[in-house]
Amino acid sequence: MRDCFIERLSQLAERDPRVLLITGDLGFCVLDDYRKRFPKQFINAGVAEQNMAGLATGLALEGHIVYIYSIANFVFMRCLEQIRNDASYHECNVNVVCIGGGFSYGALGISHHATEDLAIMRSLPGVTVVSPADHWEASEATEAVANTAGVSYLRLDKSTAGTSLVMDEQFQLGRIRQVREGHDITLAATGGILAEALAAAERLAEEGIEARVLSVHTLKPLDEETLIAAAKETGGIVTVEEHTVDGGLGSAVAESLLEAGVAPRFFHRLGLRQGFSSIVGSQEYLRAQYRLDRHAIAGKARELLKPVARNLVIRSAA
Amino acid sequence: MVAMDTKELARKLRIHVLNMTSRGGSSHVGSAFSIADIVAVLYGRVLNVDPANPQDPLRDRFILSKGHAGAVIYAALAETGFFSIEKLQTHYQDGSDLSGHVSHKGIPGVELSTGSLGHGLPVGAGMAKAAQLRGNQHRVVVLLGDGECDEGSNWEAILFAAHHKLDNLLAIIDYNKIQSLDTVAQTLALEPLAEKWQSFGWNVVEVDGHDHAELGQSLSSGVRQQGQPTCVIAHTTKGCGVSFMEDSVLWHYRTARGEEFRAALEELEEAA
Repeated sequence: MRDCFIERLSQLAERDPRVLLITGDLGFCVLDDYRKRFPKQFINAGVAEQNMAGLATGLALEGHIVYIYSIANFVFMRCLEQIRNDASYHECNVNVVCIGGGFSYGALGISHHATEDLAIMRSLPGVTVVSPADHWEASEATEAVANTAGVSYLRLDKSTAGTSLVMDEQFQLGRIRQVREGHDITLAATGGILAEALAAAERLAEEGIEARVLSVHTLKPLDEETLIAAAKETGGIVTVEEHTVDGGLGSAVAESLLEAGVAPRFFHRLGLRQGFSSIVGSQEYLRAQYRLDRHAIAGKARELLKPVARNLVIRSAA
Repeated sequence: MVAMDTKELARKLRIHVLNMTSRGGSSHVGSAFSIADIVAVLYGRVLNVDPANPQDPLRDRFILSKGHAGAVIYAALAETGFFSIEKLQTHYQDGSDLSGHVSHKGIPGVELSTGSLGHGLPVGAGMAKAAQLRGNQHRVVVLLGDGECDEGSNWEAILFAAHHKLDNLLAIIDYNKIQSLDTVAQTLALEPLAEKWQSFGWNVVEVDGHDHAELGQSLSSGVRQQGQPTCVIAHTTKGCGVSFMEDSVLWHYRTARGEEFRAALEELEEAA
């Protein structure tokens, strides 16, 4: 996703001299080409994220379209107050790019796990929160945030879901992509972990369970319409996120459905519930450890569907 | 901008601040008095800003990083025609645009809302970098408190501005040597402050922060040092202008009421 981001950003920078990338001294090798091609549209702010976010605000107030770039929590958490008071309150076009959402940097440890970012950024007024699931979404979102007023948060994952595009598909911020049709259950995922939701859906299909799979690439603004349809048209909803269950995708979906008065028959948030992630391992390994992989998703779906199936049996027996 | 009698302007600013903070019951009268002369010289003589065209791309940018002294900026903007003087009466009142810490929303002439310390200089550095990239000649002026120099974010920006040779950036330190609870020396010693900024690559000038001639000279664009940002360390007296408020930690938070208010007003009015 990182490479897709920089490739699309290069295209933007070529077209629009206002585009400016500021890195917090990260992006070894990845940013070399961009830096050579656009020396006046590149700043290495050093290992100084608070200043980086302040600089971004100053440059955006002067008309630049700014991207700040760093790993995981460094790019938003270290400088959260600058993002809130400076960039966001002043409605600046500052795009905060987190390289390595969730467990992307798994074995590097907790400092590099971005697992509360969606909740934190979602709570800031006026901030668009985007968490693409695949290369296409990452590339499209890179450009879309430049055209969106105010601050955007772009969470880029190391993993990617192998979704296929439908003919003439258009990317739209705030519009959920339905990547698999089904009516028995909805699996709504955000980020690269969508790959696990899709794999779970394939496994469930072998058992005769057809899952609808949604890529919720934009958490804010949230596409309520598609979620309401899923609640009404499918047996129930399971949300999947490589993130704490507090305040992320699952929370956003639950809040919006309850407020709309549309409760799905069952609902479950798959995410992190066990405190900080202290186990060492790759993204794949940690997903399995924290019961977020395809086996866990399929297992939870079966468990939630059981009472529904039993009711059907009871009803048909009666 | 037409040069004004900056001493008279400073006196008016202090009277406005006293009225505003006492009416609304807000704090930081001492912090605002400390910078009243600096602000008067900036708005009366130095800054190239135009109330008729507050968004002129070539205007000087001014940021009050010590946002708690916002009352004096509102007063300066009103006195120089950015909005009506009557509006100052709404300061700190329910439904007002004029919050206790300086805010840009609905207020022409304010570049940046502040209030949390350590935000102004990084944003100012970004504005200065933008001007440098475009070859524009206007200046970015950031006024910081001394206690505010405790914030690490400032030192990140100080490194950045020197590295990028932002000679269009001017930082002014209101060095009254008193912070929220105690003296600067007793809290987190800053000395040797001038040497610190110098060693970070800045051109440093020390002045009497209440001497208008010295301020006018040091803040004018004439002191611009090619390839180096400039820091003017203005030695000031917290609460300057009202004898019983001067050099006192108490008046960082205390509001003048009753007899204190009348005595303060009398001193300021007699200073004319």
